[in-house]
Amino acid sequence: MKKMNKMTRNNLITYLIVIVIYVIAQILVMTGSISSLLKGLLVPLCAYVILAVSLNLTVGILGELSLGHAGFMCVGAFTSAFFSKCMVDVIPTTGVRYLLALVIGAVCAGICGILIGIPVLRLKGDYLAIVTLAFGEIIKNIVNALFIGKDASGFHFSTKDSISLGLEEGGKVIVNGPQGITGTPKDSTFTIGVVLILITLFIVQNLIHSRSGRAIMAIRDNRIAAESIGINITKYKLMAFAISATLAGVAGVIYAHNLATLTAQPKNFGYNMSIMILVFVVLGGIGNIRGSIIAAIVLTLLPELLRGLNDYRMLIYAVVLIIMMLFNWSPKAIEWREKYAAKLKSGRKKNAKEAV
Amino acid sequence: MSFVSYLINGISLGSVYAIIALGYTMVYGIAKMLNFAHGDVIMIGAYVVLMMITGTGVPPMAAVLIAIVFCTVLGVVIERIAYRPLRNASSSLAVLITAIGVSYLLQNIALLIFGANTKSFTSVVPIPAIKLAGGQLTISGEAIATIISCIVIMTALTLFIKKTKAGQAMRAVSEDKGAAQLMGINVNGTIALTFAIGSALAAVAGALLCSAYPTLTPYTGAMPGIKAFVAAVFGGIGSVPGAMIGGILLGVIEIFGKAYISSQMADAIVFAVLIVVLIVKPTGIFGKNIQEKV
Amino acid sequence: MALLEVKNLGISFGGLRAVNEFHLEIEKGCLYGLIGPNGAGKTTVFNLLTGVYRPNEGIIKLDGESIVGKKTIDINKAGIARTFQNIRLFKDLTVLDNVKAGLHNHYKYSALEGIFRLPKYYKVEKAMNEKAMELLEVFDLHNEAQTLASNLPYGKQRKLEITRALATEPKLLLLDEPAAGMNPNETQELMETIRFVRDKFDMTILLIEHDMKLVSGICEKLTVLNFGEVLAEGDTAEVLNNPEVIKAYLGE
Repeated sequence: MKKMNKMTRNNLITYLIVIVIYVIAQILVMTGSISSLLKGLLVPLCAYVILAVSLNLTVGILGELSLGHAGFMCVGAFTSAFFSKCMVDVIPTTGVRYLLALVIGAVCAGICGILIGIPVLRLKGDYLAIVTLAFGEIIKNIVNALFIGKDASGFHFSTKDSISLGLEEGGKVIVNGPQGITGTPKDSTFTIGVVLILITLFIVQNLIHSRSGRAIMAIRDNRIAAESIGINITKYKLMAFAISATLAGVAGVIYAHNLATLTAQPKNFGYNMSIMILVFVVLGGIGNIRGSIIAAIVLTLLPELLRGLNDYRMLIYAVVLIIMMLFNWSPKAIEWREKYAAKLKSGRKKNAKEAV
Repeated sequence: MSFVSYLINGISLGSVYAIIALGYTMVYGIAKMLNFAHGDVIMIGAYVVLMMITGTGVPPMAAVLIAIVFCTVLGVVIERIAYRPLRNASSSLAVLITAIGVSYLLQNIALLIFGANTKSFTSVVPIPAIKLAGGQLTISGEAIATIISCIVIMTALTLFIKKTKAGQAMRAVSEDKGAAQLMGINVNGTIALTFAIGSALAAVAGALLCSAYPTLTPYTGAMPGIKAFVAAVFGGIGSVPGAMIGGILLGVIEIFGKAYISSQMADAIVFAVLIVVLIVKPTGIFGKNIQEKV
Repeated sequence: MALLEVKNLGISFGGLRAVNEFHLEIEKGCLYGLIGPNGAGKTTVFNLLTGVYRPNEGIIKLDGESIVGKKTIDINKAGIARTFQNIRLFKDLTVLDNVKAGLHNHYKYSALEGIFRLPKYYKVEKAMNEKAMELLEVFDLHNEAQTLASNLPYGKQRKLEITRALATEPKLLLLDEPAAGMNPNETQELMETIRFVRDKFDMTILLIEHDMKLVSGICEKLTVLNFGEVLAEGDTAEVLNNPEVIKAYLGE
């Protein structure tokens, strides 16, 4: 059918864009024309892209504002890093171990998504925003207060400090409270990151263009009408939120396996990160998956290219965010834009007539 | 004795939260939006006070007054530029995200002007500490000032809303904006007034908060802002007495949490309270159930 | 046995008795009208029938089965579909997708089958597309299948809402002021559409309306609601000539 082709074509274009960018980046890396700073950004970039797409699933497709996606990323990061660090000797094959770490990080984040979602998704939009923000902060706090060590007799937990773990000789501290996890195997590569981006796209785009996606978007557009045609609101809200959390967890796994030291700071797993990803989503277009990818790439790489403006980066983000929201959502601005578009159209017609 | 000391500190902290929560609850009840930037106006107020005292040497009370005026204007300007154009937007997410943008903007402006270094705040409270129970219990002047301010503000606000025309207009707009407009009430002006009052209170809260906990960074306002929102929800968003009860309860929970459980987990405990409240009674202690019209 | 049987239905909001001792019986295939002055409680009755509100007392039976206390979703599955006073379309979905959303419970495949594009996805989607286009053709909306619902003119939005409701394969269709905001031509077209729906889909229809031309034109029987109570009921011509009814509408 004609419709299938148009939709599949649109989706394919997005995959192509990602692949093309990957190829370009690889060429730049191999010819050495990329600064080491930018090179170091490539893996985190993949994490941010997946985060942006996952947040857009919640904000743009489900229509709920979540400000705690950094929390899901944190869960994915720490559970997978913990697993990888413990299993470094037990599972020496990097590929297998990384795959398992991905699964563990994703599943843990997904479970958190469901646990948070069940009580919280029935709340009105503003409340959901605050509660997800709270969740992100709670996760960060818990991780910072967590001490886990391993020795011959097994695992030890503490919330006070590493000494109270009571480790025997030869025991190792794995999670060191605010100092996080050190020595996670750096298994993430740019290629793996891009493959995961493509998989994320596959999942999200296929979900959107399916019966479940329609149900989710129906809930977004008009919850009462969706109920009246027999759509189970809770089930589909939870589905979207859980998938979104799972993907954020995957982003966390990528991010964690690229750092020598993994700590939960406000900068990378707190409010700031959640806001940054929200900016990506808003800039790329709420509901526009391809836009999220492009926005994430541009907004991550651009500040590095414009080093001079670095101090003003956050300020510029904030201003741009406000202006974009006003421009896209204010009824007066929309009116103005439509009038302008109509004027352009009639102007073009006039010119065409005169030309003839 | 330490229990009583904790209790008083909790009530004092809670009073600050209550004053902040009032701003949230009024704006939410009347303009039907969550002003994410509210916490950051507190921070701006505190910086203005600090600047006035250290830079120009004006007496503390004058500095607070200047901060109140500054924040009032700031609040009204923000509402006019960033929120009012989106009041009738197709999605309520729009103004919420914009408010987040404003919050971020304020934080980063402060960051650029004042830097990230913690500034030490000089208390604006001239009241000396009281010693009770033969020297075993000390109540700081700041705690006294905070609690008294909270009571005074609550009383003044309740009287304002009940007795004045502007206050009645606020109640009308919070019930039904359309009807209020049809009855000749200046909705734009009423909402602007709401933001003005809320922002003025934020300035006061900033001065009191930093007098009691004298560290100031551009991020100082964010957490108390969020906690105050928790308090407003706890007490029933849109309810003035709810904001007070919610704020004080939250302050007490936080101080006791810090004292008896863990300092780091205190924040987590506060948020866990929020989640529990929202599950059990989403409308809060004094909240009203608003049905969506089908 | 009547398709819809309602006895002694009542609900209070706070101290206000919104609906009191409401009763209604609709035979299968009937075109039934619910009329009354503004604020009489007509939409409240609809909300009670569709589970949006839970009645304080009363019986509601659809095809002999009680649906009191059931959730809206289950009532729709049992066979009641509705349209709304203020049109509630899925604004950012296409016309086709709006109807396909209505087919949700009759054409199923799991989320996983959708995500991984298993053969069942293609099979069911094809069937959904065919059925949805079929329905759209009936209402002459098939040419706008790819248009966003929010871009349709008002009259067509109404028709789309009815199409979507019919996609859920109901036994009883509730229309809440379908002619609201329409000019006489559009109302005439709507009257024909409603009659056509009843005939072609073997549908039973209960509608709320203020437009007396439409009411007298297509409704076979009426119930008049005033202050939440039944004022009169019976054949349309009789009811409309009832002096009590005329008084209720025009006042003393």
